[in-house]
Amino acid sequence: MNITLKIWRQKNAKAKGQFVEYPLSDVSPEMSFLEMLDALNNKLVKEGTDPVAFDNDCREGICGMCSLYINGRAHGQETRTTTCELHMRVFKDGETISIEPWRSKAFPVVKDLIVDRNAFDKIIQAGGFISVNTGSASDSNSIPVSKAKADDAFDSASCIGCGACVATCKNSSAMLFVSAKVSQLANFPQGQVEAAKRAKNMVAKMDELGFGNCTNTGACEVECPKGISIKNIAKLNREYLSAKLSD
Amino acid sequence: MNKLNSKIPDGPLAEKWSKHKASIKLVNPANKKRLEIIVVGTGLAGASAAASLGELGYNVKVFCYQDTPRRAHSVAAQGGINAAKNYKNDGDSVYRLFYDMIKGGDYRAREANVYRAAEVSNNIIDQYTAQGVPFAREYGGLLDNRSFGGVQVSRTFYAKGQTGQQCLLGSYSALSRQINKGTCTMYSRRDLLDIVVVDGKARGIIARNLITGEIERHGAHAVVLATGGYGTIYYMSTLAVNSNASAAWKAHKKGALFANPSFIQIHPTCIPVLNDYQSKLTLMSESLRNDGRIWVPKEKGDKRLPNDIPEEERDYYLERRYPAFGNLVPRDVASRAAKERCDAGYGVGDTGLSVYLDFKDAIKKQGKEAIEAKYGNLFEMYEKIAGTNPYERPMRIYPAGHYTMGGLWVDYNLMTTVPGLYAIGEANFSDHGANRLGASSLMQTAGDGYFVIPYTIGDYLADEIRTPKISTDLPEFEASEKEVLSQIDKLMAINGTQPAKSFHKRLGKIMWDHAGMARNEEGLKEGIKLINELEKEFWTDLKITGTKDELNQEIEKAGRVADFFGIAKLICQDALNRKESCGAHFREESQTEGGEAKRDDENYSYVAAWEYIDENTAQKLHKEELTFDFVEVKVRSYK
Repeated sequence: MNITLKIWRQKNAKAKGQFVEYPLSDVSPEMSFLEMLDALNNKLVKEGTDPVAFDNDCREGICGMCSLYINGRAHGQETRTTTCELHMRVFKDGETISIEPWRSKAFPVVKDLIVDRNAFDKIIQAGGFISVNTGSASDSNSIPVSKAKADDAFDSASCIGCGACVATCKNSSAMLFVSAKVSQLANFPQGQVEAAKRAKNMVAKMDELGFGNCTNTGACEVECPKGISIKNIAKLNREYLSAKLSD
Repeated sequence: MNKLNSKIPDGPLAEKWSKHKASIKLVNPANKKRLEIIVVGTGLAGASAAASLGELGYNVKVFCYQDTPRRAHSVAAQGGINAAKNYKNDGDSVYRLFYDMIKGGDYRAREANVYRAAEVSNNIIDQYTAQGVPFAREYGGLLDNRSFGGVQVSRTFYAKGQTGQQCLLGSYSALSRQINKGTCTMYSRRDLLDIVVVDGKARGIIARNLITGEIERHGAHAVVLATGGYGTIYYMSTLAVNSNASAAWKAHKKGALFANPSFIQIHPTCIPVLNDYQSKLTLMSESLRNDGRIWVPKEKGDKRLPNDIPEEERDYYLERRYPAFGNLVPRDVASRAAKERCDAGYGVGDTGLSVYLDFKDAIKKQGKEAIEAKYGNLFEMYEKIAGTNPYERPMRIYPAGHYTMGGLWVDYNLMTTVPGLYAIGEANFSDHGANRLGASSLMQTAGDGYFVIPYTIGDYLADEIRTPKISTDLPEFEASEKEVLSQIDKLMAINGTQPAKSFHKRLGKIMWDHAGMARNEEGLKEGIKLINELEKEFWTDLKITGTKDELNQEIEKAGRVADFFGIAKLICQDALNRKESCGAHFREESQTEGGEAKRDDENYSYVAAWEYIDENTAQKLHKEELTFDFVEVKVRSYK
C-alpha cells in the first residue's frame, strides 16, 4: 500500500508545532501501526531528518505507553485496541492518515507525539493504594471475597493508564481513570477501610492537576482500549458522596 | 583468589533462611534515615524493593526509562504466579516447589537460593491479596489455582491472562504510597549509563535524562539493579522493544561477574513471524497448554487448512513423546520439540515455521464460555495480531526468545561481586538454573523485591552508617560522566548511513541462527565472527540524527545496541565453554539417541561466572561448583 501521513511535529514543549506530510510507500497490510512508523523513521534517519518521536514499549497492548490520536480517534478506529495492536490492514491504499498527540492541558506535549502523563502517577500517589506494609498481610484465604466482586475488581483493574479517556473527553476529565482505581479497591473488604479518604484525595488531586469535570457523555468508555465501563464513574460518585456526607 | 563466595548459610535446607535472617546485621531506624539507596528498574523486583525499603525508612531513589513505573515489562507476564499454598490439597509443599524448580532448572541452580524462593512464595500471594490484586477466585470466595508446565500440582495463582499486570500494579501502588510519603523519589525517563564505583564500592550511577538529554550524577550508599533480562538480544522477542541489557553490561564492566549468560529461555508458544517488518513476537501464555493440544500434520508439507485434517492424520507430538506430562512439559522441552518437527518439514503456515495449538477438544468438553472465561483476553489478542479466530481455527505458534536465566552473579544476599551493588529479579542468575518453569518468574522477582533484599541489604549497610552522604563531586563521578559523554559523542560522530535499529535487527538474526534453540561449536564460532564484523560496521556506519541535548530516541537505541555487542559475544563464549546440554542450553554435540538434552554433571556442574578484563582480552572464567545435598541429581525426564 501507499499512504500519506500527516503528522504533528513539535520540537519540544515550548516550541510551536505543526502538521507535516510524509508520503510512505510499500506499506504491508500485515504491519502494525507502530511498525509502519518504524519504517517511516528508518527512512527519515537515512535521509538525515529527525525521526518522529513517539512513546511505545511492550507492543502487545498491556503497558499503556503508546498513545496517538489517529484520524481523530484515540488509538485509531478499532474498538478495544491500543495503537500498538492496530494493524495496517484496516487502512486503505492511498489513504491520508493524520496522527496527533493526546491533547489535554494535564498532558503537555514533550516532543512530537510524546506527552507527559505524570499527572496520572500523582493521582495514584494521592490515594490509589491500600496501606499495607510488606510482611504484615494475613493468609489470603482468611478473607473470602465473592467471585462476582473479584471479577468486577479485575475489570476495573485492567486499566493500562494510557490516557485515551482524557484525550477523548471534551472536558479532559480523568474520571474514568480515577473511578476504575477507586472501584477496584472498594470491591475488597481490606480496601474499604480507606475508601472514603481515597475517593476524596484522588478526586482533589485530579482537580488540582487541571483535569476537567465529567459531564457524562460516555465518550471515554467508547475509546477505552480495555473496555473500562462508566459504571465505575457512578460507583466513584457514590463513594465520593458518602465520603463528603460523613465529613 | 576465588572471587566467588556465595555465602550460603550452614545448616539444614529448611532452616537456612530463617537462621540467616536472625543472624545478619541490622540497621536501626535512626540510621536508616541517613542512608540512601538507588533502585534501577520498576518491575516486580524494583518496585517491590523500593516500596519495602522506603517503608523501612531508607531514602530511596528509583529510576526507570519509561514515562511511569507502571509500565515495566513485568506488566506483560500473563499466566500466573506460583506459590506453595497447597490450597488444592494436592500434596504441594515448599519442598515440592523447590524440588520442581531444581529439576526444572536441570540441576544448574543453587539449592539454598531456590529453597528460599519457594519459602517466601506464600507471603507474596498474601501481600498482593492485601494490596487488592484481583486474583481469580472460586465461587466460595477463596483463591483459585491452575496448573503450569513441568509440575504435577496446581499451584499457580492468576488474574485471567494478565497476572503480571495485576501484580505490577500492586507493587506500583505500594511504591506510589511511599513516593507520597517522601521515602521514595521517582526519576522516570532516565537511562542508566554507568555505575560509579568509589574505593571498590558501588556509590552511585550516571543517568541520562531522556527528555532533556542532560547527564545526571546520583549518589547512594548502595545500588540495586532490577533491570530485567537481555532477551532483546534476539531483536525479536517477547520483551518490550526498549528492554535492554545496558545496566547489567555496565555493571559487568565495572567488575560484577556475569553468570551463565548462555542460559536463555526460548518460550514455546508465541505468535510466529508474520512479516518482514515485525518488531516483536507476542507471547501466548503457557497456561493455554492446560487446555490446548499441540500438533502438526503427520504428512510432510500438508497444505490443507487445519480443520480439514482428520484426527488420525494429526501428530500430537508432545503427547506422543512425553505421555506423563503431555502438553505440559517444561518450556525448553516443548520449544525443542516444535523446532524438531519444523526442521523435519512438518511445520505449518507459509514459512513452515509454526505448529498448531488447538482448543477444539477443550471447547467441545467444557463449552466455549468456560474457555472464554479462562483465556478470553489471550484469544482476543491473538485474533488482533494474527487475524484469525482461535475459537474456530487452531492458533499457530512458534518459539521465541523470552527469558534469561543467566544474569549478574550474586551471593545469597543478592550482592554482586562489587560490594554495595545488588542485582534482583531477572537481572540476577540465581534461582532458575538452566531453565525456568512457568509462573516462577513473577514469584522470584517479587520474592527478591519484597522479602529478600529488604533484609539482606541491611547486612551491608550496617557497616555504612558512618559513611556520610555520597558526594557526586568525587573524581569517580566526574570520570564516569566524562566517559559516558565521550561515548555519546563518539556515537554521534560516526555519521554513517544506517539507523541503530537496523543493526539491532541484524544482530538478532545472528544470535537466533547461531546461539538460539540449538547450538554447536562451529556455529558459535561463526556467530562470534559475524558479531565482530557487525560491530565494526556499527562503529563506522551508524547514523544518529538530531543533537544530544534533547529527547533523542536514536541516541537511546544506539547506546543500547553498542552494549548488546559485548553481551552477544559473551553469550557465545559461555555457550562454547559449556559443551554439555542442560535445560534451555542445547549443544547438538551432547544429546541422547532420542534427541533429548544430555547433561554432563562430571564436568559442568558449576555456575560459569565471567570476569570482564578489557575490550581486547577474552573474559576470564570463574567457577562456582554446585553441590546438591538435599536432592538426588537425576536425569530429567518428563516421559
